[in-house]
Amino acid sequence: MSDQLPHGQHGGAHVPLLEVDHVVVQFGGVTAVNEASFVAEAGQVTGLIGPNGAGKTTCFNVISGLQKPTRGKVRFRGRSVTGAPVHRRSKRGMGRTFQRLEAFGSLTVRDNVRVAHDIHRGIVGLLRPGAKDIDALLERVGIAEYADERADSIPTGTARLLELARCLAGDPQLLLLDEPSSGLDESETDDFGDLLRDLAAEGRGILMVEHDMDLVMGVCDTIHVLDFGSVIASGAPGDIRRDPAVQRAYLGYSDEVPEHELVGASTGAHVGTHVSAVEETRTDLVPVGAATDATTVIPVVPAAPPVPSHGQEPPR
Amino acid sequence: MSSLLSFTILGLFTGAAYAIAASGLVLTYTTTRVFNLAHGAFGMVMAFVFWDFSQRQGLNLFLSLFLVLGVIAPAIGWGIQRFVTKGLGEGPVSVALVVTVGLFVGLIGLAQQVWPPEPRTVPPFMAASGIQLGDTYVTAHQIITIVISIAVALGLYVLLNRTRIGTAMRASVDNPELLKLFGGKPDTVAALSWAIGISLAALGGILLSSVIGLSYYDLTLLVINAYAAAMLGRLKSLPLTFVGAMGLGILQSFAVAYLPSDGFLAGTRAVVPALFLFVVIVAMPQAQLRIGQVKGIVSAPLPSITKSVGWGGALLVFVALLVGGGMSTANLLLVGTAATYAMVMLSLVLLTGYGGHVSLAQLTFAGVGALAYAKLEQPNLAGLFLAAAIAAGVGALVALPVLRLTGLYLALSTLAFGVLMDKMIFQAEFAFGFNGTLQAGRLSILGNAIESTGGYVLVMTLFLVLMGIGLLLLRRGPLGRVLIAMRDSPAACGTLGLDMRWFRVGLFGLSAGMAGLAGALFAGLRGTIGAADFQFFNSLPLLLLAVVFGVTSVTGATLGGVGLMLLPVMQSNNPGIAGLIFAILGFGAVALGRDPNGLANLLFGLGRRIQTVVVPQLRDRLPVLPSRRDADAEDGELADLLPDTPDSTGKVPAHV
Repeated sequence: MSDQLPHGQHGGAHVPLLEVDHVVVQFGGVTAVNEASFVAEAGQVTGLIGPNGAGKTTCFNVISGLQKPTRGKVRFRGRSVTGAPVHRRSKRGMGRTFQRLEAFGSLTVRDNVRVAHDIHRGIVGLLRPGAKDIDALLERVGIAEYADERADSIPTGTARLLELARCLAGDPQLLLLDEPSSGLDESETDDFGDLLRDLAAEGRGILMVEHDMDLVMGVCDTIHVLDFGSVIASGAPGDIRRDPAVQRAYLGYSDEVPEHELVGASTGAHVGTHVSAVEETRTDLVPVGAATDATTVIPVVPAAPPVPSHGQEPPR
Repeated sequence: MSSLLSFTILGLFTGAAYAIAASGLVLTYTTTRVFNLAHGAFGMVMAFVFWDFSQRQGLNLFLSLFLVLGVIAPAIGWGIQRFVTKGLGEGPVSVALVVTVGLFVGLIGLAQQVWPPEPRTVPPFMAASGIQLGDTYVTAHQIITIVISIAVALGLYVLLNRTRIGTAMRASVDNPELLKLFGGKPDTVAALSWAIGISLAALGGILLSSVIGLSYYDLTLLVINAYAAAMLGRLKSLPLTFVGAMGLGILQSFAVAYLPSDGFLAGTRAVVPALFLFVVIVAMPQAQLRIGQVKGIVSAPLPSITKSVGWGGALLVFVALLVGGGMSTANLLLVGTAATYAMVMLSLVLLTGYGGHVSLAQLTFAGVGALAYAKLEQPNLAGLFLAAAIAAGVGALVALPVLRLTGLYLALSTLAFGVLMDKMIFQAEFAFGFNGTLQAGRLSILGNAIESTGGYVLVMTLFLVLMGIGLLLLRRGPLGRVLIAMRDSPAACGTLGLDMRWFRVGLFGLSAGMAGLAGALFAGLRGTIGAADFQFFNSLPLLLLAVVFGVTSVTGATLGGVGLMLLPVMQSNNPGIAGLIFAILGFGAVALGRDPNGLANLLFGLGRRIQTVVVPQLRDRLPVLPSRRDADAEDGELADLLPDTPDSTGKVPAHV
C-alpha cells in the first residue's frame, strides 16, 4: 500500500505511524467493524470516509482505546497498543476529538485547553500551573475570541475546534479527528483545511473522519473508504472518487457497474461484492499523482464522473 | 446432618425472597438505567401496607395480597417512573443516586409517620402447616416462598421472551431511542417494568416480614442483599441474579449456623451480604468509558479568595459572638456538631460536587477519624492530622478495589463499607466495643489545651473556615480544573492522557481524610464517642442535606451542616412529626436532586439579582423622587434590563 503514497515513504523498513490490522468489532450479533485494515502516516492527512453507520467512529474508539476490539491489532509507532488503556495511548502521542462533543462544558474555553496542558505535563502539571502559551494555541485554531466563554455556550463548530486545540496542548504525533468540520461555515472550513495541512507539515499524522467531501478531497493525501465495517477502497483522492465501489457505497449504484450487480448490491450481500469489485477495478486505477479537480463531490454529481485534469496537484 | 438440611432449607427460603426482590431491581435497572436504592424501602412500606390491610383492618388475606401486589405497588411503581425517575437514566449517575436515596429516606420517614413504632407481627402464610423431612420440619411459608420464587422466575422468562412487551423491554435495555424509532413505546415499557419491579419488591418484603419482623430499617437494608444478588448477574442477567440470591441465602444461613456466636467473627454473620456485595463488585469486569453522556453542569459560582476569606471571617466573628454571648454548653455543643457536619459536607463538595462521585458512607469515614483520634490518645495537632490521614487511607482502600469501576459501583462499595463498619468493625472490641464508647481528649494546640467548650467550638469553626478556603483554592488551581474536567467528560480526560483510576483513589482518600478530620474534632468536642455517633444510616440524610443545600458550594455545605444538626433537634422537639421531617427531607431531595447546586445557588442567584436588577433601579430612583412620568418609564427600563437577567441568573459566569 505504501507505494501508493504520494510523499515517497518507501522502503521495507518503513513503519507507519498507525496501523489498524484486521480489526473486528462485534456488538452482540452485529459486526460494526469487519476485518478493517488501514494505515495512517506521519506528516500526512489521511481521510476515513464512508456512509453513516460504516463503522468509522467505532474504528476511532478502537484506535484510541475506548472500545476493545473483538479481534485484530492496533499498532502505534511500531508497537502494539491493542490492550493499552486510553491514557497510555495518549501518553504515547495520540490525541482525538469526538463526533459527539466532549468539551468540558463547565470550564471556559481557555481552561479546557489549560487542563489538557496540565494533564499532559503529568504530576508536575497538576501541582504547578503550566507555562505554555495557551492563548497562542487558541489563536492558532482560530477561537481566541471565545477564550473566556464557557465551553457549553459556544457554537458547535467552535467547540470542535476547541477539542482540536485541547488535543494540540498535548503535542500529539497522531491526531484522530472525528468530523472536525461539521458546524463550520465555508470560509472557516477553508481555514481549517489550511490548519490541517500546517499540522501535517509539522510532521504530525492526521486521521480524519469527515463528511465534507470538498475538505476531504482537498486536504487528504490518502483516503480509506469504509462500508459495512470493511475497507472497500484505499488510495489518493482522485482514485477514490473514480472508484465504482465507493460510488456504489455512497449512492447505492455506480454507472460503471451493470444493472444486475446493482440489484445484488442493494439486497444486502454488500461486503463480499464490494471487496471483489475493488479487486477488479483496482487494475485500471489512474496513476497516483493524477489528482483531479478536488472540488467535485462524489455524492452530488454521481452521473457524470469527474474529468481528470492530469498533472494538477490538489490545492493545499 | 439434619441441621445441615434445615439450614440449607432456611437458606433457600431467604434466598428465594432475595431473588424475588432482586429480580425486580434488575428489571427496573435494565430497562431504565436507574439503580433504585430505595427498592428495599418500597418493599418495607408495602409490607406495612399489607400488615395494615390484613391485620389492622382485618381484610381477607388474599384480598390484601391482591390489593398490595396487584394494585398499590404497581400504581406506585408506575407513578415513580412517570414523575420521579423518568429521564434520570441518561443523566449523571450521581443525580439518580441522590434521588433514589431521597426516596429511601423519605419512605422510611413516611412509614414512621403513618405507622408509629409499636410491636407488629405478620403471621407466616399457613402458619400451622408444614411437612416433616426426616428430622427437619419445613414450614409451609418456606415452601410457599420457594415455589413463588420459581413462579416469578418462570413468569419473568415468559414475559421477556414470549411476549411483545417483553421483547420491547429487552430492546429498551440497549437503546430506548431506537425502540421509539421502531414504533415501540419506551415510556410504557419503563412504567411497566417499574410497576412489576415495585410489586416484586413488595412480594419480597411481605414474605420476609413474617420472619424478620416489621422493622423500618431491617427490611429496608435487606435491599443490600438484593443488590449483592443482582450484582452477581451484573444487573443484567436474571438467571445469575437468582443463583446469586440463592447462594447468598445459603451462605448467610450457614454463617449463622457454623460461625462462632461470640468474638470478632460473630460480627461477620451480620455482614455476609455486604461482604458478598463487595467481593462481587471487585470481581466486576472493567467498565468501558461512556461517551456522550454527561455534559457541562451549571455550577455554583466560585467566589474570589478575598471574598471567601471575608465570609469566613464573618462566620468566625459570628460564632465568637455566640460563644462570648454566654451561650449554654448544650447549645455550644450543637454549634460544634453543626461545624462537624459542615466539614463532612465539605468533603462531599469535593467528592460529589466537584468530582461527581457519590459516597453513601461519608459519616463512617468521620467515624474512622474519630476512632483513630480516640485510640491514638494524642490530643494535639499531630494526633489530629494522623487521625485524618488514617481516615484518608481507609477511604483510598475502599476506592482501590473498585479502581476500574465508576459511578454506581463506587457508591455501592461505600454502602457495603458503611454496613461492614457499622456492624462489624465499630462494634468490635478493638474499636468502640459492643455498644461501647471511648474517651477522647480536647485538642491542644502547641501545648495549649483548649478546655472550654466555647473555645473549642471556635477552633472547630476555624478549621471549617480553613477547610472551606483550602477547598476553594484547590478548586481554582489545576487540580480543581482537572476534577471538573473529569466530571464533565471522563472519556476526554482519558484521551488527554489522564490515568483516572489513581486520581479517583486520591480524590476518595482526600475526601475521606476531610471527613476523618471532622470526626476527630467531633470526638474532642464530645469527649465520649461511640459507634452510635457515626451510624451508617445517618450518612444518607447527610448526603441529602448536602445536595438540598448545594453540594457544589462551600456555602451550601455550611448551611447543610446547620440543617443536619437541627434535624434531630427538631425531631426530639416534635416527636409527633419525627417521621414527617424525614419524609420532607427525603422527598424534598427527590424534588431538588436534579440540581446539585441546591438552595445555596438560589441564594447566590438572589444576590446577583439584587446586584443586577435592584441596585441599578435603586440608584436610578434615589437621586430624584420618581414622578408619575418616571413611573411610566419604569416599565421600559425593566424591559431593557430583562435580556440581561437570564445571563445573570440562569448562566453562571465562569471565573478564571
